[in-house]
Amino acid sequence: MDRRKSLQTLILGGAAATSGLVFNSCKTENGESVDEVISTSSEKFFGRTPEELDRIEKLNAEQLFNEHEMETIAALSVVILPPKEPHGGPIEAEVPALVEFMGKDIPEMAPTLLGGLMWLDHKSNTEFGTEFKSATLEQKKQICDEICWHDSEKPLSEQPLEIQFFYTMRGLTVTGYYTSKVGIADLGYKGNSPNVWDGVPQDVLDQHGVAYDPEWIAKCVDQSQRNVMAEWDDEGNLLT
Amino acid sequence: MQIKESSEIFDVIIVGSGAGGGMATKQLADAGLNVAVVEAGPFFDPADPKTMTQLKQPYDSPRRGAGTDRAFGEWDMSWGDWEVEGEPYTHAEGTEFKWWRARMLGGRTNHWGRISLRFGPKDFKGKTRDGHGDDWPIGYEDVKPYYDKLDKLIGVFGTNEGRENDPDGFFLPPPKPRLHELFYINGAKKSNIPVIPGRLSMLTKRINEDRGVCFYCGQCGRSCQIYADFSAGSCLIFPAQKSGGQVKLFVNSMVREVLTNEEGKATGVSYINKEDRKEYKLRGKVVVLAASACSSARILLNSKSKQHPNGLGNSSNLVGRYLHDSTGSSASGVIPGLMNRKTSYNEDGVGGMHVYSPWWGDNSKLNFPRGYHIEVWGGMGQPNYGFGWDPNAMNQYFGLKSGGYGDSLRDDVKKYYGSVIGFGGRGEAIAYKDNYCEIDPTTVDQFGIPVLKFNYKHSEYEVNQAKHMQDTFEEIIHNMGGHYLGEKPGKDKDYGLNKPGEIIHEVGTTRMGDDPKTSVTNKFQQLHDADNVFIVDAGVFVSQADKNCTWTIMALSWRASDYIIEQLKAQNI
Repeated sequence: MDRRKSLQTLILGGAAATSGLVFNSCKTENGESVDEVISTSSEKFFGRTPEELDRIEKLNAEQLFNEHEMETIAALSVVILPPKEPHGGPIEAEVPALVEFMGKDIPEMAPTLLGGLMWLDHKSNTEFGTEFKSATLEQKKQICDEICWHDSEKPLSEQPLEIQFFYTMRGLTVTGYYTSKVGIADLGYKGNSPNVWDGVPQDVLDQHGVAYDPEWIAKCVDQSQRNVMAEWDDEGNLLT
Repeated sequence: MQIKESSEIFDVIIVGSGAGGGMATKQLADAGLNVAVVEAGPFFDPADPKTMTQLKQPYDSPRRGAGTDRAFGEWDMSWGDWEVEGEPYTHAEGTEFKWWRARMLGGRTNHWGRISLRFGPKDFKGKTRDGHGDDWPIGYEDVKPYYDKLDKLIGVFGTNEGRENDPDGFFLPPPKPRLHELFYINGAKKSNIPVIPGRLSMLTKRINEDRGVCFYCGQCGRSCQIYADFSAGSCLIFPAQKSGGQVKLFVNSMVREVLTNEEGKATGVSYINKEDRKEYKLRGKVVVLAASACSSARILLNSKSKQHPNGLGNSSNLVGRYLHDSTGSSASGVIPGLMNRKTSYNEDGVGGMHVYSPWWGDNSKLNFPRGYHIEVWGGMGQPNYGFGWDPNAMNQYFGLKSGGYGDSLRDDVKKYYGSVIGFGGRGEAIAYKDNYCEIDPTTVDQFGIPVLKFNYKHSEYEVNQAKHMQDTFEEIIHNMGGHYLGEKPGKDKDYGLNKPGEIIHEVGTTRMGDDPKTSVTNKFQQLHDADNVFIVDAGVFVSQADKNCTWTIMALSWRASDYIIEQLKAQNI
């Protein structure tokens, strides 16, 4: 396929036909190359409107946690989800920055986080004579062991602050890790990329004890024909 | 302040650029008419890198995709949701309604699920069928030719199944079921619930040279940069411009009212330009309202004149009445057979369900009329904010503790990834005269335009239907060997029935009919009270059916457009 022509036909009008368009070729079953135009020039944008960008800038200009609190968040996050080779942990995933941002983005979260951090130091000072971040791993775990279980029968808001705090910090740590580049690699998620989807691999079907019904599959898309123009007879039977 | 008036007289002014307005733009411009499209939001092209959210990574955003600024999450391509800044709406005491508004070229078609179902023959004749609501003045046979043309113009995948009330069409081939969908098929079969391939408007195969073919990122809700899914801007309005049609777009233009003359006929519209906050007038021979059911009703009710003291088209006092949304209730389950999955392959698929269950029940044995379909979700989706929040909450179903920390969290995330399957029931509510929107006499928006006040309550029928949904979901989850997640909502929670408006299928505010006393438009969607004003959004629906409304909005808009062309040629309007 003539790539220049494909560009012209796939993209209508002006806005998109600027710089930074690359081709991502997908091989179909019959070996024909299918050119799809995927924009990569947009890395510095992520689809925000000017109003949304303003709000993000405003939040970034504020500071919720002081330096000590940020260090405490970092120290706690690596206890919650210890780093593991080769994909790293919460620090590589920039979890502390996410906690800082979300505490401002969802202001209802801030008192629990701020109060919880104070509780953590108070507890550590009382028990071990040192701030949480400077405590040994064993000491940190001792504190966490007391607050890491919650009563799933009772609303979280009715449980002690330190339990709410740990629950929130665990949520932010795990979500922050698995939404990061390193965490997605650790999870093994393969999506969010252009491809030709042609069903569940046989080994996966086997593992889970299911099979495709041949009658059903016969109606499904034949990916080798995806670029052939659709034509029907008068009864709606697809001819191509 | 002097109102600025343009000297140009358009053949047609179309208010709104979503499914209905987009289709009218395409058909009327292709017929050679000089068309003005007035859209309350800004210009939007899904292919513009600056506004694109497709293929973005969660870590591109400082909030990892959280829904703080957009109700359906940061990547959802709707500018505007339940809240639009400076544009409030109010409620009558003790009633509720959630009103979704998208402010952008293409409107809500940029973010929807693209489930594209035809209404069946029974759906147009509700009253004849069971005595509830009213019949439409038209039948399936009137709309069928337009559904057929629509399938071919826009593209929809599916299969011909020969079902009585789920008509066949001109389908593209569907994608294969995903793993969780194979489990669903097996689970539903045990309860004799039918499952067929989904019917969604995404191109699994080429239909023309202008649009790309789906590359399976599973992100149709973000609007597609190669136009492989249906959005009104990219698939109707841009082609209308490209084919040499005379289309002038007025974006960021909030229509205040339809202007009328001494004879009571429309002469154009007045709108507020959001950029300079001044009022302008546009003149046209025909006005087509496609602002969405409630917005079009609002414009009509605000268009008061000597000839139309009650608001334009409102001699029946029915504008805003018979408002109804689809019913909805949902559930999810964790399925042990789907645990510990291999993540070695990309499972995104198309953005939406590959399979679903059309309505199967026998209402003569049930305590509610009409039915619902089941939408299915699940699979190994893209992690975003909230992913792994309570990674072992499911432990409680297996006699294990929830909570903790350390390496076990990592293992739990992987153990449960892709093991949850969810169901949404989407059903038909009966249209009632007493469910309505009206103008709030004491509240205006930031443009000084009086806003809507909603009056809406569910009836027992909707509640009973939600109970049936919940019982069905629970049964299917058990059939799959799974555990219902969370607490099954009981009577005290109306069985999880969504609030009115939450399903975002609101219809019926300007319903069609043969009798001007009991309807707002005739069967060609022309106001009984002003023959050069048409409504091509879901306002004209007499009933909702248990089908999502977009495909019918577009088929009817095309039909109304043909009628407008014919009437203009005959110089009748």
